[in-house]
Amino acid sequence: MSEAAVDPVPMPAKRRGAQLFMLALAVVIVMGAYANVGLAMDGQIPAGMLTYGLGLGGLMLAAYLVLAKFAPWADPLILPLVTVINGLGLVMIYRLEAGGMPLASATNQIMWTAVGVVMFTVTLIVLRDHRALQRLTYTAGAVGMVLLALPAVLPGSISEVQGAKIWIRFGDFASIQPGEFAKLLLVVFFAGYLVAKRDVLALAGRRLLFIDLPRARDLGPVLVTWGLSLLVLVFEKDLGTSLLLFGTFIAMLYIATQRTSWVLIGVLLFVGGAYMAGLVFDHVGARFDAWLDPANPIHYGNADICQQDPPGDPMCSKSYQIMQGLFGFGAGGILGTGLAQGHPDEIPLSFSDFIFAATGEELGLTGLMALLMIYALLVERGLRTGLAARDPFSKLLAGGLSFILAWQVFIIVGGVTNLIPLTGLVTPFMSQGGSALLANWILIALLVRMSDAARRPPPQAIQNEGLTQVFQR
Amino acid sequence: MSELTLLLIRLAFLAVLWFFVIAAVGVIRTDLFGSRTAPAGGRKSAKPAKPVVKPKSKKGEPRQLIVTGGPLQGTTINLTETPITIGRANDATLVVTDDYASSRHARLFPQDGQWIVEDLGSTNGTYLDRSKVTRPTPVPLGVPIRVGKTVIELRK
Repeated sequence: MSEAAVDPVPMPAKRRGAQLFMLALAVVIVMGAYANVGLAMDGQIPAGMLTYGLGLGGLMLAAYLVLAKFAPWADPLILPLVTVINGLGLVMIYRLEAGGMPLASATNQIMWTAVGVVMFTVTLIVLRDHRALQRLTYTAGAVGMVLLALPAVLPGSISEVQGAKIWIRFGDFASIQPGEFAKLLLVVFFAGYLVAKRDVLALAGRRLLFIDLPRARDLGPVLVTWGLSLLVLVFEKDLGTSLLLFGTFIAMLYIATQRTSWVLIGVLLFVGGAYMAGLVFDHVGARFDAWLDPANPIHYGNADICQQDPPGDPMCSKSYQIMQGLFGFGAGGILGTGLAQGHPDEIPLSFSDFIFAATGEELGLTGLMALLMIYALLVERGLRTGLAARDPFSKLLAGGLSFILAWQVFIIVGGVTNLIPLTGLVTPFMSQGGSALLANWILIALLVRMSDAARRPPPQAIQNEGLTQVFQR
Repeated sequence: MSELTLLLIRLAFLAVLWFFVIAAVGVIRTDLFGSRTAPAGGRKSAKPAKPVVKPKSKKGEPRQLIVTGGPLQGTTINLTETPITIGRANDATLVVTDDYASSRHARLFPQDGQWIVEDLGSTNGTYLDRSKVTRPTPVPLGVPIRVGKTVIELRK
């Protein structure tokens, strides 16, 4: 592709070199962390270092080559950023498994990462034009809702694990979380639906004080999504997904209509719904109690029951997990205890929901800030894709997918740091869990596909003489 | 492994992690301000400049393009020698945000003291007054051109 095909208007270049460099640096960082764990635990570089390094490097090189072939104009940063986050998550899980954490399994996570990258490339190869998804708006919506509702309908023996009814288990070894894929499908549905309906939602209505109030009948979709998220909350006991879905819908509604009133209505509805749920349902109320006063002995309670091995009753203490996480952050301080030199195995579930607390203990505030920056940059690239996209569906889809990523990080990190009530959600790309990893790699493939379309230089006009002045309002 | 070595490794790791973040920001920066964007100037100068023989503006020749309808209503563009493109594409002269317009919808260019409108293969067509523009057509003063929801006119 010759540079001469580019318009006089500054267009992004492909930045292949930058992308390869960042990708190599990402692999080096992950391998450095892996070596660090080995050095700290046994005083030597772990045995599988070369194999893992070559494996990860090869996997990412393959992903890069597919990306260079099938989405040459795609954003150069998305893949390296994801690589670092996913790799650090792997190292943390490996470290926790080596430290004797039950249920942590690095081998599993490595396998799912490989499957995730394969799904990433397959999505890029199969989906040449993301606007094809717009035709599947209602199909995606229906399939998404079915996937979301499926665990609630199935008997608890198949769908319930540790109190949350969000699984579908096939035998003893394999289980998936259909909700993770439902998220993607529902974002596609929201984007397609809002493109069709945004004019009505944005323009109709009356102005009261400083707020444009929508008409009562246009409240339908918001109320339906609200009801859906409450049903998830009640029947699947999954506060996280409920908050995630509703928040994403409100954000996309805001992107589509630019009306603050929707955000206001959404927040009021959710706060009201969550408050009611907190009064009615014990498991939600327990989360509120633990959030407001985690150190109170009433909530912290029988910590010694929780410390039994195997862990005793999960309701032994409402705030034991949060407090252990907070102690972890405190032990880490500014610079952290160093990889494999802290005690993140003291935190229950530190390989999945609380992986951020485990990382915080060992990498400290400095490492956490770097990690959050990497998430922020990833989201920024996604939103940027939305800004640069040329059609409303792509704008909404890119905005929605980036927002769901950011929102998910906020909900779980906020929960772990006790900023908001704790809700069980995976930390994207870090927590152990195949479904989430797979779904998030597909999400990234969609973003890459859209950024390729958005950054690709437009075809030349028939005659293009000199600069034209750009006029835009 | 001594404490000191581990401390140094820890600090080095954090430094490399931050180096990665800063390098990523650097890539974004060059992307935004374009140290490696297309050499637009070189390409333009390679083209031989067209000798434009244009008589001084006569009476009755349009000087302004005015948007009289649609979301951009009220916008005016002074007419010069350069052609004007209308569409949703970001590099169009008149960027219309309109679902009924194509990204490269229509073009207006001067020829022999007249402005010609040409449809660039748009989906919904360009209309001069009431008739669809099928080939380059001269535009008289004050006759509305319709592109999607946007209506423009040439004025003196």
